[in-house]
Amino acid sequence: MGASRHRRCAVLVFGRMLESQVAETTSTVVEPTRRDFLFIATGAAAAVGGATLVWPFIQSMTPDAATVAAGAPVEVDLAPITEGQIVKVFWRGKLIFIRNRTPAEIKAAEDVNVASLRDPQPDSARVKPGHNQWLIVYGNCTHLGCVPLGHQGAYEGWFCPCHGSVFDTSGRVRGGPAPINLPIPPYTFTSDTKIVIGQEATA
Amino acid sequence: MSQHPTTYVPKSAFGKWFESRLPIAGLIHSSFIAFPVPRNLNYFWTFGAILVFMLVSQIVTGVFLAMYYTPNASLAFQSVEHIMRDVNYGWLLRYLHANGASMFFVAVYIHIFRGLYYGSYKAPREILWILGVIIYGLMMATAFMGYVLPWGQMSFWGATVITNILAAIPVVGDTIQSLLWGGYSVGNPTLNRFFSIHYLLPFMIFGVVILHIWALHVPGQNNPTGVPIKSGKDAVPFTPYATIKDIFATVVFMIFFAWFVFYIPNYLGHADNYIPANPSVTPAHIVPEWYFLPFYAILRAIPDKLGGVIAMFASIAVLAFVPWLDTSRVRSTNYRPLYKQFFWILVADTLLLGWLGAKPPEGWYVIVSQIATAYYFIHFLIILPVLGFIERPLPLPNSILDSVMGVKGGAGLPTGANAEPQSKG
Repeated sequence: MGASRHRRCAVLVFGRMLESQVAETTSTVVEPTRRDFLFIATGAAAAVGGATLVWPFIQSMTPDAATVAAGAPVEVDLAPITEGQIVKVFWRGKLIFIRNRTPAEIKAAEDVNVASLRDPQPDSARVKPGHNQWLIVYGNCTHLGCVPLGHQGAYEGWFCPCHGSVFDTSGRVRGGPAPINLPIPPYTFTSDTKIVIGQEATA
Repeated sequence: MSQHPTTYVPKSAFGKWFESRLPIAGLIHSSFIAFPVPRNLNYFWTFGAILVFMLVSQIVTGVFLAMYYTPNASLAFQSVEHIMRDVNYGWLLRYLHANGASMFFVAVYIHIFRGLYYGSYKAPREILWILGVIIYGLMMATAFMGYVLPWGQMSFWGATVITNILAAIPVVGDTIQSLLWGGYSVGNPTLNRFFSIHYLLPFMIFGVVILHIWALHVPGQNNPTGVPIKSGKDAVPFTPYATIKDIFATVVFMIFFAWFVFYIPNYLGHADNYIPANPSVTPAHIVPEWYFLPFYAILRAIPDKLGGVIAMFASIAVLAFVPWLDTSRVRSTNYRPLYKQFFWILVADTLLLGWLGAKPPEGWYVIVSQIATAYYFIHFLIILPVLGFIERPLPLPNSILDSVMGVKGGAGLPTGANAEPQSKG
């Protein structure tokens, strides 16, 4: 009786030793505790919260409501613009050229091998049908935004004095560092002598 | 700083009480009084102190100008004229600030070329050098935004050109441009945020300058031989030797600065910037301030918008890699007969690019710009790595002391020459 109790006791001690050994070697893979969960959840909440806080600061730097409102479409009367004249107007703080082209300038713009251009676009795609005397383009060079000078350069279109870009009478880039043609702003003819800039025809 | 356990012992009871609570006096003592300085430094080593002076000068004059300046597109130009005409000594504050920017760049360019000549970027000073490149980048951003504030023609068109440069960055370019503009084009919101950032950046520069000085004080200063300090005989204590020399050089530099401020205050500016900003007319010839001209020439040399922008940023970024592009183990160019020639060709090439940046982008100016741009990159990416392998450097002196005394190969020193200056009292 006494011996068997002794043996049982020894087994128990050995079992405990084994248990503690196992616990030591596997301590890195112990079951996560509630403390671990709270630690990670708190950290994640702080990270997401901190990142979210950046949003209003960045958004404050985007165009504000007043600036957007001031960017509404503008109406321009073309009647006073004589043949050959270039008029500058502003829409959204951006300069826009309105050019009343002479027949010679229209012919020069149309008689171009489109495939040879850096940014191939036929003249017909740059004016409104039936209004091909009117060329309406943004007035900032597509290189770095300078204002090109009208009626200058090899093609008598525009020449940019800053870095030497050359544009033809259709506002297409023909030389210099500008990568693309002068872009066409959204506009629509409301009558033969009136346009609204900032509004595309709904048709 | 942490490398040099202080020998500072406070004398007064209050000093002891204070030092045990905030050991700032000990920090200053070990960094700027007892700090060992190579005894052979030449005057090119005073430009660090001159640059600290210029940064403080710009911050002080800028804080006062901000009291009278109005960052509003319809009032900014008038407020600058108000400073010039009405504010007492406003003309002085503005001319000090505007010319101070140029003087800051004069000093920083000498400082950078000093580092390139004497190999001050080589191990263990790589982090020190990269911090310097970061300071230089922050300086350029600050100077650009400051030039926009008077809202003259060059301000407006400079801002337009530079913000359009950023729009060339793929994917995020348009977003960055819109965040800088705060509208559909350069306008009042742009001016407001440029003023805010122009006020912020100098303090960021100040922070990086502290890191720069900290990184300098770990290995100590380089010197014209490039041989490190080996014994106390190679060095002198910072105070009084370096302190007095730095003060003297700063005063001489102030005379140069004052000559611009009082005699030719608009020489480095552009007459066009005395015309209020007009978004419908570009000045006939847009030219950035002189200190940006080499990079402007590189921008224009590449006949492709994105390519030009990449080349321009790369021409600055390449500096950060110089510690690893230079494969030579000899620091000082004094002992590198081949590299010495290429160094001066690089200086000439940079000056040529600067001259070309002010010329119209037409005819042979474009071709020369392209050649000079190509050479600039060839220098850093090909010549610098290759020279380290093929060049046979001259024999280095055993120590700074030997170099100072003109000793070659261990000949005897004149009596007394090897006394340690620190111990002279």
